[in-house]
Amino acid sequence: MRLEVFRITESEIAPRTATGKAVSHLSNLGVPVFAIFTALVVASLAIFLSGSNPIEAYLALAAGAFGDLDSLITTMIKTIPLLIAGLGVALAFRGGLFNIGVEGQLFVGSIAAVIVGTGFHAPIYIHIPVTLLAGIFSGALWAAIAGFLKAKYGANEVITTIMTNYIAIRIITWSIGAYGPLRKAASVVPETNSIFESARLPELIPGARLHAGILIALLAALLIFLLLFRTTLGIEIRTVGMNLHAARYAGINVNRTIVLTMALSGGLAGLAGAVQVMGLSPYNFTTGFNVGYGFDSIAVAVLGSIHPLGILLSSLLFGAMDAGARLMQLRARVPIEIITILQGLILMFVAANQIIRSLYHIRAPKGQGEVNLTQSWGGSTD
Amino acid sequence: MDVILVGLFSLAIIKATPLVYGALCGILGERSGVINIGIEGMMLIGAFMAFMGSALFGKWTGAAFSPNLALIVGLAIGVLSAALVAALHAVLSIHYKIDQVISGTVINLLAAGITDYAANVYIDPSHLSGVGVFPEVPIPLLSQIPILGKIFFSQQPMVYFMFGLVIFLQYAIFNTPWGLRMRSVGEHPSAADTVGINVNRTRYINVILGGALAGLGGAFLVLESVGRFQKLMTAGRGFIALAVMIFGRWTPVGAFLAALLFGFAEALGVRLQFGDINHLYALVVIIAVIVLFVGAVGLIRSWVIRSRSSRSLVVNLSLIGLGALTLIAAKLIQFPDMAIPIEFLGLLPYILTILALTGLVRKAVGPAAIGRPYEKQ
Repeated sequence: MRLEVFRITESEIAPRTATGKAVSHLSNLGVPVFAIFTALVVASLAIFLSGSNPIEAYLALAAGAFGDLDSLITTMIKTIPLLIAGLGVALAFRGGLFNIGVEGQLFVGSIAAVIVGTGFHAPIYIHIPVTLLAGIFSGALWAAIAGFLKAKYGANEVITTIMTNYIAIRIITWSIGAYGPLRKAASVVPETNSIFESARLPELIPGARLHAGILIALLAALLIFLLLFRTTLGIEIRTVGMNLHAARYAGINVNRTIVLTMALSGGLAGLAGAVQVMGLSPYNFTTGFNVGYGFDSIAVAVLGSIHPLGILLSSLLFGAMDAGARLMQLRARVPIEIITILQGLILMFVAANQIIRSLYHIRAPKGQGEVNLTQSWGGSTD
Repeated sequence: MDVILVGLFSLAIIKATPLVYGALCGILGERSGVINIGIEGMMLIGAFMAFMGSALFGKWTGAAFSPNLALIVGLAIGVLSAALVAALHAVLSIHYKIDQVISGTVINLLAAGITDYAANVYIDPSHLSGVGVFPEVPIPLLSQIPILGKIFFSQQPMVYFMFGLVIFLQYAIFNTPWGLRMRSVGEHPSAADTVGINVNRTRYINVILGGALAGLGGAFLVLESVGRFQKLMTAGRGFIALAVMIFGRWTPVGAFLAALLFGFAEALGVRLQFGDINHLYALVVIIAVIVLFVGAVGLIRSWVIRSRSSRSLVVNLSLIGLGALTLIAAKLIQFPDMAIPIEFLGLLPYILTILALTGLVRKAVGPAAIGRPYEKQ
C-alpha cells in the first residue's frame, strides 16, 4: 500500500517537471525524429508550390551539409554558436526561466570580445582566455540584470530580456555607426576593427577554417551536463525550475539561484558571441552579424529536450540545414528561407508532440506531461 | 507651434497606430489568459497578405475598379490571414496545451520564414508592385481645430478606426458582460467555469479576434505607409506592442497612451535622421513632451479609468500648461549647435517598460491565470 501511495505522488509530480519531460524524451527518441520527418513533408509542400522538386531540394540540402569535407566543416562551423547558445537557453529553461534575450547577450559578448581583442597586445595564451572571459562575463552581466529584476521585483524575464535585447542592439548599432567609438576608420560599412592575431582562435587543421571553437562548444556541453546533473548548484537550479515553493521550503536561496541561472545562461550566450568574433574571418563585428542565432537557439534547446546531449544533436541538425541551404538554393532554386520554415515546423511538432504521437501512434510514456515554462508570467515569484 | 512640431506629432500618431493594434491583440489574448508573443508574426503575415491581396486584385482587375477597392480587398485578406495564424496559436496553446511562449515563438519563426520565402518566389521575380495607399481623410470641422486638428483629425481612415476601437474596447472590456466574462476567464478560470462560462471557447474567440487586430496593424504598415511589402518589415513592432500593452497596464486607453510615447520616440528618430533639427532643441522638446504627457495621462486617468489619482486636476492642468509653454518658449530661443548622442533617447521606451514591470514607476500586474492551459477539474 505504501508503494501505491508513492507511485501516485510520483506521477502527480513528474508531469510538472522539466526533468520528467527531458528524460522521457531521451528514452523516446521517436518524437523528435518523427517531428523532423513531418516538418520535412509539410515544408516540401511549400517547395512544390514554388515550382521545385522537394526530393531534389532535400538531396541538395544534405549534399551541401555533409557531401564533402568542405561542407562538413561548414556544418561544424555553423553548429558552434547554436550549440553554445542552445545550452544557454536550456540552462535557463531548467531553472524555470525563459531567456529570450540570448540574441542581445550574444551581441554583448561579441562586442566585449572585440574591445578586449583590439584593446591590447598580449601573448596568445593570455589573450585568448581573457577575450573569451570578457565575452562570458559581459553576457552574464547583461543577463543578470533580467535575473535580478525577476528575483527582486518579480519582473517577468521574457519581457525584460526582449527589452534588454533592443537596448543592447541600439547601443551596439550606435557604437559601430558613423560616429561610434568602435567604428573602423575609413570603412564604408558599419564594422569594427579586426581583433589582433593573438586573440584569434587557432584553426584545428591549418587552412581548413575549422577553428578551436568546436572544442570550446563541446567542452561547454560537457560542463553544463556536469553542472546540471552532478553538482549541488545544478540540483538547486532544477529544483527552482520545477517548483519554486518547494525549493524555497527546502531552504534553497531562490533569488540567488534565479540571478545565477540567468547569469550562467547569458554567459553561454556571450561565449557564443565571443567565439564567433574570435573564430571567423574577418574577426570583427559588423551589422547583420549572427542575427537570428538567439531565436534559433530556442528551437535548438527545445528540440534537444533541454538536455546537453540532445542539444548536441539538434544544434548539429540546425547547423547542417544552415550549411546546406546555399547548395539547395543553387541546385534546386529553392529560396534559403525554407530553412526558417523548416525550423519553425520542427519546433512546433516537437512542442506539440501530441500531434506526432497521434499521427504515428507513439504511446506517451508514463508520467509524461507538459512543462509550463511561463508559470510566473503574471509577474510574481511567489 | 511650428510645422516641424506638428509634423512630428502627426508622425507619432502614425507610428503609434500599428503598435496600438498589436497591443490590443495582446490585451484580448492576455485578458482571457493566453500569452501572445506571436504578435510580431501575425502582423508580418497580415502585412504580407494585405500586400498580396491588394496587388493581385489590382493586377487582375486592371483599372476596372478604383484602387481603394483593391486596398479594401487587401485589408480583408490580410486581416483574415492573421486571424488564421492566430487560430494556429490558439489550437497549439489551448487544445494541445503547449507552452504559450513556445507557441508564439513558433508563430514568429513560421511567419518570418513563410513571408520571406513567398516574397522571394512571388514578389521579387515578377516585380509585383502595390496599388498605393489609403488617402488622408481630414474630418470636417474637427480637422479645423488649430494644432490638434492637424495632429489627430487629418489622418488616414485606419487611424480613425484605431481611435474608435480603443474607446470601444475600453468600454467593452470594463463595462459589458462580454468584458466581464473575458476578464474572469483570465483571472480565475475555474470560477468562471463554475458560473457557466465556456473558458476555452472564450479564449479561442479572443485569440482569433486579437489575431485579426494584429493583422490590421500589419496591413496598416503596407496600405497606409509605404504601399509595398518589405521582408521582415514589422521590424520588432510586435514585441514593442507587448511592451506597450504592459506599459498601458492591459487597458486599451493605457496602451494607446503608451503607444503614443513609443510612437513619438520612433517619429523623433525618423526626423533626426534628416539632420535638420538642433539636438539641444530636440532634447528640450522631449522633456516638454514628457511633462505634457504625464499631465495628459493624469487627466485621462481621472476621467476615463476613474482611478483614485493622487494628482489633482490643478496639478495635471499646470503640467500640461508647463509642457506647452516650454514647447513655445523653445521655439523662440536660438540653441547653440551641439552634437548630443541623442540616439540614446530612443532607449527610453524600453527602459520605461522595464521600470513599469519592476513597479518602480507603478507596478504593472497582468491577469492572474495567464499562461496556464485550463483543465476542467
